[in-house]
Amino acid sequence: MYDINHIYEANSVEEAIQRRIEQPQALIISGGSDILIGIRAGKLAGCDLISLYMIDELRGVSLDEDGTIRIGSLTSFASVTKSPVIQKYVNVLGEAADKVGGPQIRNIGTIGGNTCNGVTSADTASTLMAYDAIIELTGAEGKRLVPIEKFYLGAKKTDIRADEIQTAVLIRPESYRGYHGYYYKYAMRSAMDIATSGCSVNVRLSEDKKRIEDARICYGVAGPIPLRTRSAEQAAYGQPVSRDTVEAFAAGALKDVNPRTSWRATKEFRIQIQGELARRCLTEAINRAGGIWA
Amino acid sequence: MIEKQYKQITFTLNGKQVSTSVDVRESLADMLRREFGLTSVKKGCEVGECGACTVLINGDVFASCIFLAIWADGKDVMTVEGLVDTDGHIADIQQAFIDEAAVQCGFCTPGFIMSAERLLRTGKRYTRDELRKELSGNMCRCTGYHNIINAVEKAMNARLEAAGKQPV
Amino acid sequence: MEVGKSFKRVDAFDKVTGRAKYADDLCPKNAYVSRILHSTIAHGRVIRIDTAEAAQIDGVVKVLTCFDVPDRPFPTAGHPWNTDPGHQDVADRKLLNEHVRYYGDDIAVVIAEDTVAADRAIRALTVEYEAYPFVLDPIESAKEGAPLIHGERQNNNILAHSSLRIGNYAEAIKEPGLIKVEGWYHTPTVQHSHIENHICFAYQEQGQRVTVCSSTQIPHIVRRVTAQALGWPWGKVRIIKPYIGGGFGNKQDALYEPLCAWLTTQVGGHPVKLDVSREETFVNNRVRHAMHAHITSWMRPDGTFAARKLEVWSDQGAYASHGHSVAAKGMGAFPQLYPCDNVETDAWTVYTNKPTGGAMRGYGIPQAMFQNESHIEDIVTALNLDPIAFRRKNSMPVGYFDSFSKNELYEDSFNQCLDKAIEKIDYDRKRARYRHQTGPVRRGIGAALFWYNTAVWPISIETSSCRMIMNQDGSIQLITGETEIGQGCDTVFAQMAADTIGLRLEDVHVFTMQDTDVTPYGSGAYASRQTYIGGFSIRQTGQLLKEKILKHAHTLTRMPADLLDIIDGTIVRKSDNRALMTVGELATRTLYDMERSEHLAAESTYAVKSNAYSFGVTIAEVEVDIPLCQAKVLNMVNVHDCGTLINPQLAEAQVHGGMSMALGFGLYEELLADPKTGRILNDNLLDYKLPTTMDHPDLLVDFVENAEPTSPFGTKALGEPPTCSPAPAIRNAILQATGVAINTLPLNPHRLFEEFTKAGIFRTEQEVISPPSPGRSAEISRVTINA
Repeated sequence: MYDINHIYEANSVEEAIQRRIEQPQALIISGGSDILIGIRAGKLAGCDLISLYMIDELRGVSLDEDGTIRIGSLTSFASVTKSPVIQKYVNVLGEAADKVGGPQIRNIGTIGGNTCNGVTSADTASTLMAYDAIIELTGAEGKRLVPIEKFYLGAKKTDIRADEIQTAVLIRPESYRGYHGYYYKYAMRSAMDIATSGCSVNVRLSEDKKRIEDARICYGVAGPIPLRTRSAEQAAYGQPVSRDTVEAFAAGALKDVNPRTSWRATKEFRIQIQGELARRCLTEAINRAGGIWA
Repeated sequence: MIEKQYKQITFTLNGKQVSTSVDVRESLADMLRREFGLTSVKKGCEVGECGACTVLINGDVFASCIFLAIWADGKDVMTVEGLVDTDGHIADIQQAFIDEAAVQCGFCTPGFIMSAERLLRTGKRYTRDELRKELSGNMCRCTGYHNIINAVEKAMNARLEAAGKQPV
Repeated sequence: MEVGKSFKRVDAFDKVTGRAKYADDLCPKNAYVSRILHSTIAHGRVIRIDTAEAAQIDGVVKVLTCFDVPDRPFPTAGHPWNTDPGHQDVADRKLLNEHVRYYGDDIAVVIAEDTVAADRAIRALTVEYEAYPFVLDPIESAKEGAPLIHGERQNNNILAHSSLRIGNYAEAIKEPGLIKVEGWYHTPTVQHSHIENHICFAYQEQGQRVTVCSSTQIPHIVRRVTAQALGWPWGKVRIIKPYIGGGFGNKQDALYEPLCAWLTTQVGGHPVKLDVSREETFVNNRVRHAMHAHITSWMRPDGTFAARKLEVWSDQGAYASHGHSVAAKGMGAFPQLYPCDNVETDAWTVYTNKPTGGAMRGYGIPQAMFQNESHIEDIVTALNLDPIAFRRKNSMPVGYFDSFSKNELYEDSFNQCLDKAIEKIDYDRKRARYRHQTGPVRRGIGAALFWYNTAVWPISIETSSCRMIMNQDGSIQLITGETEIGQGCDTVFAQMAADTIGLRLEDVHVFTMQDTDVTPYGSGAYASRQTYIGGFSIRQTGQLLKEKILKHAHTLTRMPADLLDIIDGTIVRKSDNRALMTVGELATRTLYDMERSEHLAAESTYAVKSNAYSFGVTIAEVEVDIPLCQAKVLNMVNVHDCGTLINPQLAEAQVHGGMSMALGFGLYEELLADPKTGRILNDNLLDYKLPTTMDHPDLLVDFVENAEPTSPFGTKALGEPPTCSPAPAIRNAILQATGVAINTLPLNPHRLFEEFTKAGIFRTEQEVISPPSPGRSAEISRVTINA
């Protein structure tokens, strides 16, 4: 039994916002795979909760008229992976969501929860950041759009105001059209794990597939929040599809990463892995884009 | 003084509609064991890591230990008890677990069977590695998973064959 | 004959339908729950616990602390009692401890109406400690000046030391031309991680007797320990053991049954449940002893041993539990697996301020085999010998006799197992193919043998009892004190009973639940003993029952008893194979006979005074991704000589499980203690890396069936042996793949990173230079040559 003082169930976004205003002390629970564990551990025991779980309008993936991909915040990882829109336009995100935990966790865990908890190891967060996703927040005043990089304020801190809930994650067409990507989750076992480090890379190649026009890379667990390594991206812009470019890209990534030593892994080990992930992810992203190697 | 909060919920449990008043603090696993005596729902970690409490909710696998009981309202919940028909006949997947010696201590077994049942219902053909992925949210310390994979593969092939599809 | 056939498990139907009852399923709904407060220092003394606030919390029934418990230290090990005080287990803990000896020690308990109230009360307790220095390493702890964990004792923190001397090591090493190979080998603390945590509940009846229903492997032993801990007559305690969700040795210990029995007496006999969390399972139950071993071998250039030496330090943790018997068993393997004329061995078991080491599947042998078989590989690498040929030449020869256990190697088990394993995994071709590799991803294949002996004779008593009660239909209830914990003993016992009496398997109803009020004495599930030991008493009791049946058959059929037999539940005249009557008809007529009514039943105890070797081999094939520091097992085969298989399908399933546990031991699992505080860092199934379905390859298994001559059914140990040799086989395969010999488990990416870094096999670019060559690791055995 969970030590919950009171739970307020919202059945609509409006109701949730109303509850946020009335019960400022209450925590938001969407799927619960973090919150309930925090309650059981005692850290959140005795809390009040606002449950979003029954708000079905926040579930599902759709394509807006302008080509923006809209992922309702309560969409489960499994639904993200299964979505035809995701598979067609940003399959990397579906693949990243498919690396979370195991099948049960992928049914209860939500993309909104995965970003709102502000955790650097979140499997979908690095890919969303590599796609310059936009976070949609809805509050009493209406909607507010925040680029995902700005949404993260620090470890476990995100930019959600007292009257807001996250309602969607958006990916603009200019962020995904022409891009191909790859996500590598590096963990201590092949399922039911958190990433020791994750790396998501996407690239856009020139028409002849011999040059990198644009490249984006984002790591999980290379810093307190998901981290874009711009030095790597700069090292790839306009460069030929070649082993040398891959090496320069990896070297750039290592200039920017700042992993720390914890009992889970040493900084040196994470750096070894992160350099190698940059190589492998860029190589695979290029291959998926049909790149022709020099 | 703890002021207890209850909610009346109605849901389908193993094919029958049921209604109960539930303490909002209870997990679905707690409620199924306490209120409905469904002892197939096991608790091994209470944080969604071991899979022993796996049930189907609207046909998908969930760890019932980290699913609030109140959320079951309006849903279709199924446990291993629901696989047995009224004459006591067990399902093909249960028989396959017996035949393939996929059962040892038995504590993870119901959870595994529910995960297996979910994938069998898709009617898809899975390779052994794909089966491993579909079952990766369930832990077993007795079997090394080998016979569990065998059992699921066997039931899958039988269903595929029955549906006129080519078995693996 | 029912023995030798792959019957389906007698408990499988109940388990696949969720009907099989485990302890929590039997707990009365009105039971109070209890929660334990654990210390937040690794070593010290509890000065005061403020319970005032906790006691006021709504729903709290009682708060009890280390100052309330009986001042009565007790032992917990699941060993049979020994009436000789010199051989009794060490009694070094109380129900709750004022002197806390590890981070997490039990210091107080809350009894409450529900878990929310209990947890709130636990959080409301405030504790004042006097902190002492602590020590986490057994070698440090054995030194002069280390913090004294159990006060002043003889040899202070050293719980026990034992040694063995064969020949004259000091003289033998002077032989000219010897090559000295030496190395350190380290195995980590790991935990059993059965999926059902330990759980028990207790209540009082008749205002006196206490019943504890518990998830245990050893009900009769737990009854004795519970009574000892509370200073009660043993008959006051009744232990009920229902189905249990795995044990693997952790539940071969009195865990919380004594505390739970005491708790019910503190609330007027009301039922109290003690449901251990996963976190507590990792920290407050038992763990596998971490061991640090140094081995020196003095080799002649022809690849024979001149002298060998083993020194091993075993990490006991805070309390004695199974203590030194684990390290001693491991040490015992050393001179036997590779006999040598001049041997010195020493083993120390040392207290540390860590979770308590207890029994775990293999009981010291998985550690010992990692030490031994890694070292053997280092020898063959140093001497440039063939690893298989070396093992064939130097391992225990046929006819080897151990004067202590009286065990004998009757057949050529090692070579037979090697032959099968080599063929099954295509070793020769792969070994040759993987010899010269370059590039970042490489493969390797490696082998390891294991030594194991069944049961515990002559170190402890080996006894087993059995009762058979015949029903009027000719079926029987089979009752033994030996416990079903998932391994399938109920099924093989039924097969044995059916064969002995002449019944069909369906005529044997196994009474699966042990209840010490009903069940005759059996020591329980450990030491891979039950099929071997239980077989003696089942055979003997079955014969007694059969004699009785045939005596009545003589009366009823007027035929001489020695002309009669029982086949498939029918009384048969052997001379012409005529069926005379069914056993059911006989049983009914006998029970309801107006003159001589008898309820047919038999019961007997068999004291076993023998033991049996159980040997085998693992070969593992791995793939190593060097830049990503990942090793993956592609294929693995275990071949066992465990005698005659009683149930081949269940035997194979047992081997799968043991291989899986060893896969975890080899590549994934390690319980980590924070060096600054002693706190266990990864006490959950997310951070403690049990391998998942996706981390397992298909598992290959085969057997060599040399019937064990001392067993009535030709059987011997299989429960633990499969866990003994996979880890060193994986390690040796990684050595072939990379040229790096890694002597510390687990071989997880962190370890591979450290060792690959030391060996210098990374390059900044993706490709890995240097072809594999032996001896690159800083950790590999040092090799020196005698002048």
